Amino acid sequence: MAGPRKKKYTSGEGNQYWTRATALRKLQLSLKDFRRLCILKGIYPREPKNRKKAQKGATGIKTLYNKKDIQFLMHEPIIWKFREMKVQGRKIGRAKAMNENGLARRLMNKHVIINLDHIVKERYPTYLDALRDLDDCLTLCTLFSTFPSIKHIPRDQSSLCRRLVLEFMQAIITSRALRKVFISIKGYYFQAEIKGVTITWIMPHQFSFEPQTREEVDFRIMSTFVQFYIVLLGFVNFRFYNSLNLYYPPRISIASDESDDLIDKAGLESERIAALNIPLSCTSTDVNTEEEQDPVESFNMAMDENDKMEKAYLEAEKIRKLKKLFEGLKFFLNREVPREPLVFILRSFGALVSWDKTLFVGSTFDETDETITHQIVDRPSLSKQYVSRYYVQPQWIFDSVNARELLPVEKYFIGAVLPPHLSPFVEERDQYYSPPEAVGLDTTGEVINGKSQEDGKDNESVGSLSDNNSEEEDEKNDDERDQMSNSSSEDEKETSNNKGSPINSNKDIKKKAKAMKKKMAVAPGKLEKPDPNQVFEAEKQERKLRERMVEKKHRALYKSMMRGRAERIRDKNVLKKKRLLIEKTKSGIKATS
Amino acid sequence: MINTDKLKRKLTNEKVTKKKENEHETFSEDIIDDIPLKEIDLNDDSETDDESEIDSSNDEHEDGSSDSTVYSDSEEFESDEEEEHEDSNNTTTKLDNTTSESSIVKKGTSEAQENTQKSSKENDDDEYASHDTSDEEDIRNTVGNVPMNWYDEYEHIGYDWEGKKIMKPNQGDQIDMFLKKMEDPNFWRTVKDSQTGQDVVLSDKDIELIKRIESHKIPDKDYDDYTPWVEWFTSEVMDMPLRKFPEHKRSFLPSKDEIKKVSKYVHAMKMGWMKSRRAMKLSEKRKMERGPQFYMLWHSDDAAEEMRRIHNHIPAPKRALPDHSESYNPPEEYLFNQQELKKWNREKKSIGNKKLHFVPQKYNSLREVPSYKRFIRERFLRCLDLYMCPRAIKMRLTIEPEDLLPKLPTPKDLQPFPTVVSITYIGHTDMVRSITIDPFGQYLASASDDSSVRFWEVSTGRCLKAFNINGIGKCITWCPNQAVSLVAVAVERRILLINPQLGDSLVITKTDDLLDTPPPEDKLTSERIKAAVQWEHVSPSNDDWNKGIRIVLHHFKEVKQVSWHGRGDYFATVMPDGENRSVLIHQLSRRRSQLPFSKPKGLVQAALFHPIKPLFFIATQRNIRIYDLVKQEMVKKLISNSKWISHMAIHPGGDNVLVGTYDRKVLWFDLDLSTKPYKSLALHNQAYVQWIYHPFVLELGQEGRLILQFH
Repeated sequence: MAGPRKKKYTSGEGNQYWTRATALRKLQLSLKDFRRLCILKGIYPREPKNRKKAQKGATGIKTLYNKKDIQFLMHEPIIWKFREMKVQGRKIGRAKAMNENGLARRLMNKHVIINLDHIVKERYPTYLDALRDLDDCLTLCTLFSTFPSIKHIPRDQSSLCRRLVLEFMQAIITSRALRKVFISIKGYYFQAEIKGVTITWIMPHQFSFEPQTREEVDFRIMSTFVQFYIVLLGFVNFRFYNSLNLYYPPRISIASDESDDLIDKAGLESERIAALNIPLSCTSTDVNTEEEQDPVESFNMAMDENDKMEKAYLEAEKIRKLKKLFEGLKFFLNREVPREPLVFILRSFGALVSWDKTLFVGSTFDETDETITHQIVDRPSLSKQYVSRYYVQPQWIFDSVNARELLPVEKYFIGAVLPPHLSPFVEERDQYYSPPEAVGLDTTGEVINGKSQEDGKDNESVGSLSDNNSEEEDEKNDDERDQMSNSSSEDEKETSNNKGSPINSNKDIKKKAKAMKKKMAVAPGKLEKPDPNQVFEAEKQERKLRERMVEKKHRALYKSMMRGRAERIRDKNVLKKKRLLIEKTKSGIKATS
Repeated sequence: MINTDKLKRKLTNEKVTKKKENEHETFSEDIIDDIPLKEIDLNDDSETDDESEIDSSNDEHEDGSSDSTVYSDSEEFESDEEEEHEDSNNTTTKLDNTTSESSIVKKGTSEAQENTQKSSKENDDDEYASHDTSDEEDIRNTVGNVPMNWYDEYEHIGYDWEGKKIMKPNQGDQIDMFLKKMEDPNFWRTVKDSQTGQDVVLSDKDIELIKRIESHKIPDKDYDDYTPWVEWFTSEVMDMPLRKFPEHKRSFLPSKDEIKKVSKYVHAMKMGWMKSRRAMKLSEKRKMERGPQFYMLWHSDDAAEEMRRIHNHIPAPKRALPDHSESYNPPEEYLFNQQELKKWNREKKSIGNKKLHFVPQKYNSLREVPSYKRFIRERFLRCLDLYMCPRAIKMRLTIEPEDLLPKLPTPKDLQPFPTVVSITYIGHTDMVRSITIDPFGQYLASASDDSSVRFWEVSTGRCLKAFNINGIGKCITWCPNQAVSLVAVAVERRILLINPQLGDSLVITKTDDLLDTPPPEDKLTSERIKAAVQWEHVSPSNDDWNKGIRIVLHHFKEVKQVSWHGRGDYFATVMPDGENRSVLIHQLSRRRSQLPFSKPKGLVQAALFHPIKPLFFIATQRNIRIYDLVKQEMVKKLISNSKWISHMAIHPGGDNVLVGTYDRKVLWFDLDLSTKPYKSLALHNQAYVQWIYHPFVLELGQEGRLILQFH
């Protein structure tokens, strides 16, 4: 009736995807080369909406690529580079087999250079896109910069990584873009904000390299990633430096410093941490004027609502303060302290930093300098101490940055038992546990921290009544009830809470009433109180009825949501209980001693 | 001229050598053959000069062909000389027939000729006076080339130019011969000219020539056998002929095009665009050492350049940021206790359902923190995720579970409705199966498991009447016709039609009258119906009459339900076990029963009349069939999604049907819409038994709960 019959899988989802085998066949590449191409070009498999259709009826799970992506890859010029490399490899192999060592050596020195500039531009259309995807890049480059020379990794890669990462850190220091820092068991987390984009990366702890088995880690894959990331980071650095009016590649301005004799320029370049300690030279002098500009002004246009404005203003004010957190302070790092993260943090908040000049190059002042305000120490005791400075442990720096103010140093002195170090990345949410320290840190940190634990706890209970409420109910393990109490009004909560304070308050009322009776002649009417149990029961009943009326298509979702909520609350309670136990044992020990 | 001469000679030489290869054997043989012949002819007296001449001519003869070839070759070179030669040729032919050509000879032969010429000179000087160079053919005998033995018997051997006989020279005898032999030192070199019969003394040169020929050598002594080979004309065939005119001038001048190219290169080298190979290598090496070069790739922050990019890009999700438990110095509650650690170790191998991928650790100071063992592995896994993990966009829910709960009207908004029990009808001792209200709403009838039927006044709760019916009343329904006062009760296998004798006495008596007089039986009822049901009038003398029972219909199976038609004349009974006779329609006025279906329609659960239209509803186990009673055909089939229908009710308007099921659901069918339930409600925890349609739907569950709903 209407032309030939339409074949299956010729349109729609059945025609959108190619399996990996098809992709290989279409591209005429080996799996190895295809993998490399995918990494460099940022091509990844897709999850189809309907797998059976996408696989043209084939069962099992196949790796599916977008057909258009593969067709896009077909036009990639670096495929030809891969083929060249293959030919080169074959030539080398032949030369070796023919025992023509000279030829083989010559061929081996003739590298096929793959230019990735266009791919960077293609994958990241704008600078902001590149910044958004910089997390993995920085983390991997930082990791690679700690690597010794190993098999499967090109010789210059790790040194190049080191150079680029340090250049990036330099720029962060100059732009004062660092916002949050955290010492984790994995490494140091840094969070910076560039152009409104938050970038988080991890710097591993010292001596992070460990030989890996082939099953665990394939360094070739990582190296391919790094190959691309190097180019990306280089271009980002270039633009970052340009936006800060700095030269790229960076030039170190030494002339400004008066202690010239301490600095060996060649040494500086070799020892790059030292370079972090020295300001870079600018292309023009009017950098600071731009910096000083009020950041809030830009908000005025965009936001109309008052409270939002207010919030934004406060936040901007806080950040402005944070940028100058350590300004005017002089830090001296003891030799046991990890230098790189600390110099980076301190310098990005405006501090002056130095270290023992006999150990590393680049120190700017001596330990004997009387103007040093803080010395970072990480040892149980120190024999020779100066009175004019604080001796604090490194955690003080991290906690101060996260609190956005200089915390009192008493808790961080040499040999002191440190307060817990909390993650700055956790936002307080209900259904999740937040330790009392975190709550204290959020409000006026100094005061709360100074006070005892009890106070902190009190504060918490006042601050979040609903939390407290739910806590008691959760002991019964009844999450539904918790929901109801959350949703119901404050009054009802008071009444429903039949165990604790409400009874006390009732007693108070009675006493008052008695007193009133004596005074006045008119008997007051009795307050009609509904039975709280009954009210609760009724509410539960009503909720059950509503739950029955949930649409069938949402029922599974609703159930899973409720299950998730119950699980979260359970986890929260577990942590809470543990905390209580710990505090009990601690107070018990205190009491006995 | 010199050139051409040389050329010619060379050509001839070449030819000779060629010959030497081809014809050497035959040539030498001929000569050898000739010699003895001449020796024989020595007997004839002839001039030695002639002899030599002949000899040479013989030699030349052999060369004749070659000469011609030489000419043919050299023709092009020099036409003048050719003419000369031709002249000489002509002369010679005139002079002598036997030897046709002689002008150009090989060196050796020409010399021999010279000798003969000298000798001829001596003979007659006249010849030379005429400056004839072709005198060497001085042949006096004009007989021609005939065998000389023809002249053996004659005294002469031929004729000279004047025609005179050439006389045979004096032969001499054997002794003379011998004497000659002995005396003449030249005897051995004397040969006889066969033509002239003269003795010819061979010169040294001749002898040498002969000797050379005999020893198979090239006759010419001076001929260098081993001259260096000059290949003027190669054996290979040339594609193009050698050109006579010289090369063009421009072939000696440098090309302008090349000059341009070279100057271009020079300029490029000066400008540094072009480098020597060495410089290139150096620069490449330097480039390698310097590493990648960066420049301003993005000129603005957010303006993207148009170019082909990956289709429908999905950015990779970022890793979750660490929480307190990952800290090097977390609050103590985050550390694992024994039990949690054990659980973590157990779950370590499994991929899913793990909350933490590490064990929280606490260190007292920063210097104690070791490197994280799995750091490289984790980064590697992240890399794998980035390029191997399939990506798709999934919507994340931002709603709370409360948002999914429907908003029910608060009961307060629905008031007024009874909130407290106002009347309790007390009297039944067992479970009440069924109730019904009279059309005026004044009375209530109920049937119970205590095998009694009671009538109540609705407003007061007073039991007006109660009597035993000898069985469990499954169903009780009041006749909807207001003109009669009649209640139908299904009791086991019987249907009792009861006049409750309540209300208007006129109506009561009218009803009694109506039921008293059985109509004339106009038609014979079929056996099939008779077997299924029998009508029995209760006689007034019977005890049952006093109770109010007027008619009893005896069915062959247990009756489950009875339902009235809106006018009150017809009523239907349902016997689930009746198979094809499970539904019966009775007409009260005629006391007649009908079997509407000839085939079983399944397990019939309930039957209903439409309140207005002539439609009949039958609920089987899963479906509801609607029949048109006038046309006697099925109109519609409602499909329930439940396992077992228990009950069915219809709205007084006739548009909506409610169906209760044993699987605890209420299905609401709208007859104007589809045949599938418009809504299914699950409100009770147990099966439905019965409900009554009203602005509020009253629902009666088996659990004894009553739910009031507003629809």
